[in-house]
Amino acid sequence: MSTLKSFLRHPTGMIGLIVLLTVVILAVTAPWLFPDDPWDMVGAPFQPPLSEGLWLGSDMLGRDVAAGIAHGARISLIIGVISTLTSLVIGVTIGAIAGYFGGKVDEVMMRITELFQTIPGFILAILLVATIGPKISNIIFAIGIVSWPPLARLTRAEFMRLRGREFVQAAVCQGQHPLTVVLRRILPNAISPIIVTGSLAVASAILIESALSFMGLGDPNLMSWGFMIGAARTVIRQAWWMSVFPGLAILLTVLAINLVGEGLNDTLNPRISRKR
Amino acid sequence: MTSASINSGGRVFAVALALAGWFVKFVAVVLVIATFNFILVHAAPGDPAQVIAGQSGASDEKLLAQLRAEYGLDKPYPIQLANYLKRVVTLDLGYSYRQQRTVASLILERLPATLLLTATAFTLALLSGIILGTLAGVRAGKWSDTLLTIVSLLLYATPVFWLGLMLVLLFSVQLDWLPAFGYVTIGVPMTTLQRMGDIGMHLILPAVSLAAVYLAIYTRLMRSSVLDVTHQDFIKTAKAKGLKQGRIIIRHILRNAMLPIVTVAGMQAGALVGGAVVIETVFAWPGLGRLIYDALLQRDYPVLLGVFLVMSVIVIALNLLTDAIYRVIDPRVSVRAAS
Repeated sequence: MSTLKSFLRHPTGMIGLIVLLTVVILAVTAPWLFPDDPWDMVGAPFQPPLSEGLWLGSDMLGRDVAAGIAHGARISLIIGVISTLTSLVIGVTIGAIAGYFGGKVDEVMMRITELFQTIPGFILAILLVATIGPKISNIIFAIGIVSWPPLARLTRAEFMRLRGREFVQAAVCQGQHPLTVVLRRILPNAISPIIVTGSLAVASAILIESALSFMGLGDPNLMSWGFMIGAARTVIRQAWWMSVFPGLAILLTVLAINLVGEGLNDTLNPRISRKR
Repeated sequence: MTSASINSGGRVFAVALALAGWFVKFVAVVLVIATFNFILVHAAPGDPAQVIAGQSGASDEKLLAQLRAEYGLDKPYPIQLANYLKRVVTLDLGYSYRQQRTVASLILERLPATLLLTATAFTLALLSGIILGTLAGVRAGKWSDTLLTIVSLLLYATPVFWLGLMLVLLFSVQLDWLPAFGYVTIGVPMTTLQRMGDIGMHLILPAVSLAAVYLAIYTRLMRSSVLDVTHQDFIKTAKAKGLKQGRIIIRHILRNAMLPIVTVAGMQAGALVGGAVVIETVFAWPGLGRLIYDALLQRDYPVLLGVFLVMSVIVIALNLLTDAIYRVIDPRVSVRAAS
């Protein structure tokens, strides 16, 4: 409860939370706010913002830009959250194994992590999606695959720090199963920095998703912000609004998540500096 | 005299050791990525021969049979993999049946533009980040500090391709100061010097868009690093010795404060190269990123895989570069274990 209270007193964290909740509400209510399919033509093409019934204008095929943004919010948030959960599962598992066992196991795990950090992640994501097909589940998988190394490193560091502590040693001496020690003793104590880094990872997952769909690798059945910008890019001279508004939506969402993440960091890890 | 020569001998040895370490890492990464590429081709839906041919749907049976024979696709996987790795090591990256050219020649043709773009953006971000961060750190607490924090937060949340488009909107469409896309003005006779100037003008917007977010990160990092170093004892000593402020900043603070930024820059090289792919798409910059985009549209796998390999090599090269910079500027350590 005290954590919640101190977060509520964190000014930028609260601003981020309010903006983020707005985006979440927009995403949840999109089917009621804009009941039509966002792919449908609802007006004349190239209508500027504030035209009749089209607050944010229409695109080159007469689709409602505002409807696209509302429906795109769903996709961005879903992909951001689920792909981060995927990378959490991979990263925390690898980091926990490396940090708990140490030695040779640690070395092998860290070499793999290092390798994945050397590979240009975005290009790997492009390759994966191009190979297994641009379906939403594949996009989530690809983003998860390229986003786990920082989480693994963090988890490893936390596990190494906690491994030698008395309460962990005591649990080991009592003969508790390693899995119990890891899940019940170490992980709960390592969870807050993982939560913070995970929340920031949602933001970068949304950025990767938008770049993938900008490159034409989004799910062709789902309206997304990156796709809208990519499709409108060739007509930017005539119609600025088609690219500007979806981009602002990405910017605001990612900014909000980053602010919430920093707020969480300040409240959950008050002694750890912000630099990490 | 003797101690100096021993010292330089140790230095040479350390450098040789580091180079050997890097070479091992380089070979390991190339082999792993090549293996990965191999797995991807076989994981792709459909016949590998068709994947190599470029999944055109136009399944020319004669070509497919020829490919199967050429790549030994009927042999067991380990042998196929060994053959594939052998080809990669001899710089044979395959053949693009879509473009009727070898992948190596396609990549070689596009490589200079990508190297120019990434190197410019990397240098721009690193140099400006260090300078701006130092200024902000030395003058901590002023309004420029707050401004810096806000700008970096905003840039950190901006998709790189959108930033590029917005810069085009402002500097090309509205102000008409800079070209919106391309590498060089086509159809105008130019001297070499004019041509370089023209490429430079085309380079500004893509390089700035690509560098912007890293510039913001490095500036913030440098600022806090400068603040950390400023409070250490050796700076007090330098002040007590009566050294001038400018000399303290350059010789003592800057040199020490730069180290973490160089480390982070090396770690982010992969992200920078990935960003170059998107930026090249935005600005029709004729580099490897653009090649990826075209290859994606045509599902031209040999090209995609080749570019992935080459871009990973570029990242390793950038890592090597930052490591070298680190060695040059680090005042304490001259021998660092190769990792």
